[in-house]
Amino acid sequence: MKRFLGFVKKEFYHIFRDYRTLLILFGMPVVQILVFGFAITTEIKDANIAFLDLSKDNVTEEISNKIISSGYFILQQNLESVEQIEKEFKKGTIKEVIIFEPEFARKLEKEHKANIQIIADASDPNLANMLINYTTSIIKNYQKEFKKYSDDLPFIESEVKMIYNPELKSVFMFVPGLMAVILLLISALMTSVSITREKEFGTMEVLLVSPLNPFQIIIGKVIPYILIAFIDAGIILYLARFVFEMPFEGSLILLILQCVLYVITALSLGIFISSLTNNQQIAMMLSLAALMLPTVLLSGYIFPVENMPLLLQLLSNFIPARWFIIIVKSIMLKNSDFSYIWEETLILLGMCAVFILVSVKRFKIRLE
Amino acid sequence: MRTIIFILRKEFLQILRNKAMIPIIIFLPLVQLLILAHAVTYEIKNINFAVIDLDKTKYSRELISKFSQNKYFTLKDNFDNVELAFDGFKKNEFKLIINIPNNFEKDYLISGKTKLQLLINAEDMSAAGIIYNYTSNIIQQFNGEILIENPKISDFTQEPIIEVTFSNWFNPELNYKTYMVPGILVILVSLIGIFLTSMNITREKELGTIEQINVTPIKKYQFIFGKLFPFWIIGIVELAFGMTAGIIIFNIPLLGNPLLIFLIAAIYLVVVLSIGLFISTITHTQQQAMFIAWFFMMLFVLLGGVFTPVEYMPQWAKVIAFFNPIAHFTRVIRMIMLKGSGFEDVAQTIYILIIYGVVTSTLSVWLYRKRG
Repeated sequence: MKRFLGFVKKEFYHIFRDYRTLLILFGMPVVQILVFGFAITTEIKDANIAFLDLSKDNVTEEISNKIISSGYFILQQNLESVEQIEKEFKKGTIKEVIIFEPEFARKLEKEHKANIQIIADASDPNLANMLINYTTSIIKNYQKEFKKYSDDLPFIESEVKMIYNPELKSVFMFVPGLMAVILLLISALMTSVSITREKEFGTMEVLLVSPLNPFQIIIGKVIPYILIAFIDAGIILYLARFVFEMPFEGSLILLILQCVLYVITALSLGIFISSLTNNQQIAMMLSLAALMLPTVLLSGYIFPVENMPLLLQLLSNFIPARWFIIIVKSIMLKNSDFSYIWEETLILLGMCAVFILVSVKRFKIRLE
Repeated sequence: MRTIIFILRKEFLQILRNKAMIPIIIFLPLVQLLILAHAVTYEIKNINFAVIDLDKTKYSRELISKFSQNKYFTLKDNFDNVELAFDGFKKNEFKLIINIPNNFEKDYLISGKTKLQLLINAEDMSAAGIIYNYTSNIIQQFNGEILIENPKISDFTQEPIIEVTFSNWFNPELNYKTYMVPGILVILVSLIGIFLTSMNITREKELGTIEQINVTPIKKYQFIFGKLFPFWIIGIVELAFGMTAGIIIFNIPLLGNPLLIFLIAAIYLVVVLSIGLFISTITHTQQQAMFIAWFFMMLFVLLGGVFTPVEYMPQWAKVIAFFNPIAHFTRVIRMIMLKGSGFEDVAQTIYILIIYGVVTSTLSVWLYRKRG
């Protein structure tokens, strides 16, 4: 036991002396959560647009002012002709052009009908869609003021409630995913690299001839990373709770237990990768390609799994982070107790068991 | 010159001899492109919903069937009260509950006003926004239909109408892949540049082989050129590879001049490789190098408008985006491929990238020390 403690101490020294990596390890979750919380929203702010007003009367001016004063748009310029539109789009200075037809006000009064055409630069389809929706609804609102009887028209009013995230904050969605990614990064990537590092340098040999048994070596290597992983998870949860006011409805103990399960799964994956190669670069690339990317992309972290093609949905079932994210969301946002998440937990447990078995089997006590 | 050729030969030999690295350099990006382009989507094609119909009248049934007939909506369940329905939220069975109260139809016919409630699971806020849009469109439509049936309304057609028409240029079908593939290409090229360069040099440091090079008469700039040039070529080849794959597999348009893209990529790669070199000068181990590279990559990508447009971001993030090489390259590669922008349209960005290239490469060469 004393030997083992000595070994763990060595590993801690290793990690804590490398202040650059440590800085990144603790700085990364903070920076990421701040970026997600403050910079990434789905609301348009200050999109550049242009008007092509072929009528220039008081009604078109009123509508233009309404659109600009909404706060979503910035008037970049007033165009004079249709030919200019493509040129400006190609320069990328504007994202949308709003065209009023000639004699707009007169037509509206005499023929009860006038046309506004919106042309969006759909090279970014989502943005184009949003811009058109925003503009249309501003114009529709203006029209309501215009109508005399509109208040008396019968209509169905729908009351909308956004459950679990009433203000539609993006942090709520990203925090569980961020936890999944950071825990995996530290547990799988760091362990796989640090074990292959010992192999590449030949120092693994020194460890293996020591009186410690191989499993103690692995466990000793892994313990510091578990600690760091949990500190990071704590930082993320703290920031989410107190800076972004994310609710924490469910049981903390249940969440911690689930984190333990997930971290063990990730660690065994890391050990498995390190058993495949003796080269740090390859271990790293394997971890990045086979673990990090699928975890970021196919787990529902940023992009919802339900919308992916069937093949990718099937693939996502094999990614531990997918189940972990569902569990964290259920506990934090929905106050679900264990009866709602036992299936996901069981899947994680199964994966964990398989990975431990495989990595124990592959781990070689001797060097070839 | 001869020294440079020798060091180049050494580098190429070293890269090509590493059997595990070649598939990583060539196949990984392709696989990524294939998976990424399909995974990265905000489109929502299927919305499961549940209904609480306490009214059970002609109107309520008509409204529900309007939803279940819509190609985006699938009716999963019926409930009698909200508590039971919430259980389905917790089990992730559906995303939307339409709650129609008692007297829904009666209120409408008597007072002309009636209410219904939409409960949306907003864990995923962007999906919630889209679900709300779809839902309110259907309800609007239903509103219009029952309005016409209503005999009391006769003069409503006399109201002046502002008709709004719209068109989406450059991508009329709003195909999200068209938008994403050029962005993914930028990520791939940058990944290679930053990761491989920074790790390549730190590896020599870590293994101690850099000492052997340091004692040779090779000049600093020769060494750095020899180190970076192979990755510059790999980056360009990768881009050509990825662009061809994108055009063949995903039918991505290439409206502009491909040579212009490669010109910009050539400059951009100098910036990226210099950043990689810079990382290798401030780190000692490959692990450190990888972590710092990962950290910068992640920030550059997230704040560079690859996934979420810079237009969505607050002012300070837009300022950061100006100093972010990925943001510039992403913007112009999309402009050239999807809109056919020409040299004049992207000239400003080219100048900015040239300035970055000069600044970053001088800085990192200057910082590089030919000592242990």
